[in-house]
Amino acid sequence: MPDFHALILYCSLFISLFFEIFLLITYIEVRGEIKAEDERLARGSNYFPTVTIVVPCFNEEKTVIATVASLLALDYPEEKLSLILVNDGSTDGTLEALHKFDNNSRIQILDKENGGKHTAVNLALKSVTSDLVGCLDADSFVMPEALKKIVPFFEDTVIMAVTPSIKVHEPNNILQYIQKIEYSWSIFLRRMLSSMGALYVTPGPFSIFRTKVFHELGDYRHAHMTEDMEMAMRMQKNNYKIVNSHGAHVYTITPKTLRGLVKQRARWTYGFLNNGLDYKELFFNKNYGHIGMFILPIATVSIFSSLFMVGHVLWGFVDRAIQMVNRFQAIGFTWKFSTPSFDWYFINTGVLPFIVVTAVGLTLFILYLSLKLADGKFKFHRGILYYLFLYTFMVPLWLLKALFDTVFKRKVSWR
Amino acid sequence: MIDSRKYLVAFGITALIFGTAIYASSKLTDKKIEDVRAIENRVATDILSSETQFALLAETSCKDIGPGFLSKELGPLGEKLSYAEDQTGFSAMDIDSLKRSYFLLEIKDYLLMKRLTEKCNIKPTFILYFYSTNKKCEDCEKMGYVLTALRDKYPDLRVYSFDYYYDLGAIGTLISIYKAKPQLPALIINGEPYYGFKTVEELEAKVPVFKLLKTTASSPAATSIPKR
Repeated sequence: MPDFHALILYCSLFISLFFEIFLLITYIEVRGEIKAEDERLARGSNYFPTVTIVVPCFNEEKTVIATVASLLALDYPEEKLSLILVNDGSTDGTLEALHKFDNNSRIQILDKENGGKHTAVNLALKSVTSDLVGCLDADSFVMPEALKKIVPFFEDTVIMAVTPSIKVHEPNNILQYIQKIEYSWSIFLRRMLSSMGALYVTPGPFSIFRTKVFHELGDYRHAHMTEDMEMAMRMQKNNYKIVNSHGAHVYTITPKTLRGLVKQRARWTYGFLNNGLDYKELFFNKNYGHIGMFILPIATVSIFSSLFMVGHVLWGFVDRAIQMVNRFQAIGFTWKFSTPSFDWYFINTGVLPFIVVTAVGLTLFILYLSLKLADGKFKFHRGILYYLFLYTFMVPLWLLKALFDTVFKRKVSWR
Repeated sequence: MIDSRKYLVAFGITALIFGTAIYASSKLTDKKIEDVRAIENRVATDILSSETQFALLAETSCKDIGPGFLSKELGPLGEKLSYAEDQTGFSAMDIDSLKRSYFLLEIKDYLLMKRLTEKCNIKPTFILYFYSTNKKCEDCEKMGYVLTALRDKYPDLRVYSFDYYYDLGAIGTLISIYKAKPQLPALIINGEPYYGFKTVEELEAKVPVFKLLKTTASSPAATSIPKR
């Protein structure tokens, strides 16, 4: 009788390895495209359509001023750029903070009752008349050249939205260093998905759209607290092209505590699962190319396969711990110093170690490429170690929470 | 439009990695099986040599028996078999065949040891240990740790481990000789059966022969004790 557990484990590993190899093949294919894109953006462009950036704010008094200041510092013709700041019924000093920009003619301030991020952006969208419109979460900051690295993509009339590269703002604890590496990985992933036409999120921090997208497809929706994911899936469903500009850097403040991180990631995963259900017609549909036939299905499967693989590793630890407890109960604590055996016989030469070592090797290589793409060069720092040894064991926390919330139809919240 | 060639290439590379892993693992496992067989052959030769030496004892005296009289490789052999049993790469048939030979070698070594103790009038320093891997024996793992600890403490102690339910006539005979009941773990020390888990201290107190054994930890282990 086949070992069902081993079968699932090997299938999970096959899928992970297949995805890594697929990403690397894509990278080899698009290396030239990335280089040409960098050179084109470095040369600059005279294409300056009008742009409106919406900043929805809910209790962001600590960061919103810096967020708006970073937008005002954007290297873009002033007359072509305007901002709409929306106070979404904040209960702290956010509105007062926004009023500091009352005298700036490029800034419009709106105040409304709390209704969620999508309602704040939708209110602003009613007043938008520019060619392009974007959104920036009030806990994020843009680099001065970010807009200039996004706008030239719109010279191609089929491109409907451009997403940026998101980085972690001033990491200062282990969790934030882990997220810094994770975000670098995402920069690489999004750039590859962009070339495949398979981006399924237009992130809240500084994704820029043609304004007509909202006129044609409608406003943002509640969408399980992940309206940026729903909008991207809606665009994909309507074959609206989304691309990524990896050189447009946006910095965002990331959760400092494990609780905050789990809550945020559980919301993202919950949003993916539920928006996926809402857009199930995309799955395994040839008409939607890579996103339908591969990316969305594998992203869904990877939730379960990750849980299974981490569960397998954790069970190994538990099994070892039980053995140690049994040993302690049998003979107590013993100090036994013996020279380790170098007999090759005791090296695990099963199929699993070979595959795991290959998968880890490929992961490290992709991580190297990711850091190089994100920062321009690879530089080793402690975040890499934290990421390699801790991140894997943190992921199940939010995957399980998201699955639990989805199965039991529990409501999720932002904070 | 989907470039299906890319999927095929990715699938091919992934399958190649899996295929290579399966092939390499299988080759290395075969090599390990060969190693264990080679040790078994050496142990068999050692025993034959000892038996021959023992037969000659009729014409000589016990003092002519050197320290290498009994095979030193029975312990490492057991450890390797025990490790192989826990791994997924080894075929059940190979393990079964190796275990069968191992148990027989253990019994031969035990008989030789027994005859030696009788002939030379020395105190027996061996334990017969019955465990089970198939039927539930919660204390067998703990008993294994205790016997390993004892063997580490008394290097001259020889522990012969047998799977109580293993389908081997010689083990069945051994069980009937000592009337060992299926109350596992079971130990036979000086012909006396002891059932259930016993700590190191309990065994040391019950079995006076331990006092005769040296407690140096220099010589290699005599036989291996499965933890289950």
